Amino acid sequence: MRTFRIGGIHPAENKFSAGQKIKTANLPKQVAIPLAHYIGAPAEAVVAKGDIVKVGQLIGKANGFISANVHASVSGKVNKIDVQLDASGYKRAAVFIDVDGDEWLETIDRTQTVVRECNLTKEEIIKKVAEAGIVGLGGATFPAHVKLSPPPGKKAEVLVINAVECEPYLTCDHQLMLEKGEEIMVGISILMKALDVNRAVVGIENNKKDAIALFQKLAKEFKGVEVTALKVQYPQGGEKQLIDAAIGRQVPSGALPIEVGAVVQNVGTTFAVYEAVQKNKPLFERVMTITGKSATNPGNYLVRLGTMLSEVVDQAGGVPADTGKIVGGGPMMGRSLMTLDVPMAKGSAGVLFIQNMESLRKKMQTCIRCGKCVNVCPMGLEPYLLMNQSEREMWADMESNKVMDCIECGSCSYTCPSNRALLDYIRFGKSTVGGIIRSRQARKS
Amino acid sequence: MDKLIISPAPHIHSGDSISKNMQAVIIALMPAYLVALYYFGLGALIVSFTAIVSCVLFEYLIQKFILKGDTTIKDGSAALTGLLLAFNLPSNIPIYIVIVGSLVAIGIAKMSFGGLGNNPFNPALVARVFLLISFPVAMTSWPVPEALSMHYLDAVTAPTTLRNMNFGVQPDTLNLLIGNIGGSMGEVSGFALLLGFAYLLYKKVISWHIPVSILATSAVFIYILHLAAPESYIVSPIDYILSGGLLLGAIYMATDYVTSPMTKPGMLIYGVGIGLLTVIIRISPVYPEGVSFAILIMNAFTPLINTYVKPKRFGEKVKAKK
Repeated sequence: MRTFRIGGIHPAENKFSAGQKIKTANLPKQVAIPLAHYIGAPAEAVVAKGDIVKVGQLIGKANGFISANVHASVSGKVNKIDVQLDASGYKRAAVFIDVDGDEWLETIDRTQTVVRECNLTKEEIIKKVAEAGIVGLGGATFPAHVKLSPPPGKKAEVLVINAVECEPYLTCDHQLMLEKGEEIMVGISILMKALDVNRAVVGIENNKKDAIALFQKLAKEFKGVEVTALKVQYPQGGEKQLIDAAIGRQVPSGALPIEVGAVVQNVGTTFAVYEAVQKNKPLFERVMTITGKSATNPGNYLVRLGTMLSEVVDQAGGVPADTGKIVGGGPMMGRSLMTLDVPMAKGSAGVLFIQNMESLRKKMQTCIRCGKCVNVCPMGLEPYLLMNQSEREMWADMESNKVMDCIECGSCSYTCPSNRALLDYIRFGKSTVGGIIRSRQARKS
Repeated sequence: MDKLIISPAPHIHSGDSISKNMQAVIIALMPAYLVALYYFGLGALIVSFTAIVSCVLFEYLIQKFILKGDTTIKDGSAALTGLLLAFNLPSNIPIYIVIVGSLVAIGIAKMSFGGLGNNPFNPALVARVFLLISFPVAMTSWPVPEALSMHYLDAVTAPTTLRNMNFGVQPDTLNLLIGNIGGSMGEVSGFALLLGFAYLLYKKVISWHIPVSILATSAVFIYILHLAAPESYIVSPIDYILSGGLLLGAIYMATDYVTSPMTKPGMLIYGVGIGLLTVIIRISPVYPEGVSFAILIMNAFTPLINTYVKPKRFGEKVKAKK
């Protein structure tokens, strides 16, 4: 079975919420919709205090090319535009709306019928995707329309659909595939049209056999779509790893996937594209997983943006008593949260409760040079060396040892028998080296 | 849930630890240890017990009273060093020599460089070579195997297969496999050592690269010598790698994490180097056993190999499209 060629780990999958039907979370009394995402410039608010908004109405306008529109996820009255602590741990601008009923824009098609026909041109599709404020829902939240517009001179050849969900615990993509398989397939054909490619590869890890079977059946009705089962291996959802696994091409160091003719979109993003193009529905809600070893009710929830995570968690049975750490996202790359009073954002794929015992890191011991970190690094780097160089501030050496290639997947720290904080030091070194490279480029130009 | 813990990702850990790895190696050594107890009886028990206890004790004393810091004897690395040292000694060696060896291994080869992780040379091998040079007679008179022997210092000695080979005597492959031969207590049974190798591979404690490259290189090299001069080199490659400490060295000593290279290509270079050096040293009439020296020499090259042999980077061979 196919997988990426370098490194990788296989943590315990712990997909407790697998097979749980997507439940619609209750409407909150107030939402705080973030205008900023992890990547790109924050949107500019286009509503003011006191405005009455409907579900799906534009409230934040994209500010620059790498930025995305933001829409109201509820109907009601704009209470204020203020800063709000978000899941990344920063206070950033958000639009607060007091909920009143659930009135959607008339243009949105709320029926469940699947619309297969799409007669829009390439440009019209990309425009619709941009207007709908769609970003990568895998977590990086990179604006989807930017990926659909390759730079001049570059041509996409293959669309790769990331249906891997390699993070342990998370199941939102899996469940979405089971419930919205046909819609996702239509989404794929729309993306193929937008990119002007006639081949798409859907990569699904082999721990989702039901989804593989469903997609293989559906793929017969859609021209050019292949479904590939991939060996379960973390971090297969990393863009470069997935391209290697699915179509056997390796993106060179420092380059974007388009260098090898590939464009990757997450399966959740693909569904959002379907809804935007065929149903006129902008991105204002998404599926997230609430889970953990002692979670009373692990499940998948359809949540409106801006809903406080605490409200969703309450509906899922509350915070387990033995929780020592709460993670926004998966256990390998998610962020630990200071509080659950942060709003649901476009990139929020899950809330994970980690038990007391597992929350604490074990004491860091000396490096015994076992080389396990080198073995598991999916980018072929030497984490032990980069950590040593970071400790000693050897920035030039870190750069020549390709620290900028690090995808911060955490496989090294996960594996280290001495519990060394490899990724912490590497991340620090990477951000410093990144700063040095940027200032060097600025001086040149 | 009084307070939440905040830390950067990743938030889970494999559960692997230094002590788990050390334990796995000790478990892997158990078949060979049982064979040693069977053929060398009381002597093997006394030597191994002394070596393990004195290694752990020296590490504790040095860390507690000289370095005045935390002790790390619980991680099992000192016990493993002791066991490996005992494996490299004849079972009729006097206790005081074992204690001197343990002091050299832990005190000089390990702790003086900063303890586990910082020693450039394999501690058990440094001790073995030290003893070989200091006590050449005691270190090279090996007891004749005798089922459940109750002899210790008074055991009957005989030359090893390697010494015999240099005099043109063919070894018996079956005896090499089950361990019914003279030699250091842990090195005699090829089968037991290979069983432990299979366990280490299964547990992913080590990879095949170092042992296989050492064994393949020495087998090929001795076969070439055999083809070139059939009268001088009578031994078959299989018997050759089963004799002496080659298997013990290749599987358990050369693969020591601390002193071997970190990358797969580096491991292969290191293994080939050990294989070649072993055969070259073994040819000499002075030292019929060459694995220890070969491993120590290649230990010295490990930092160099780590500096110049990089792992295969992702996307390295792919040319960027213009």
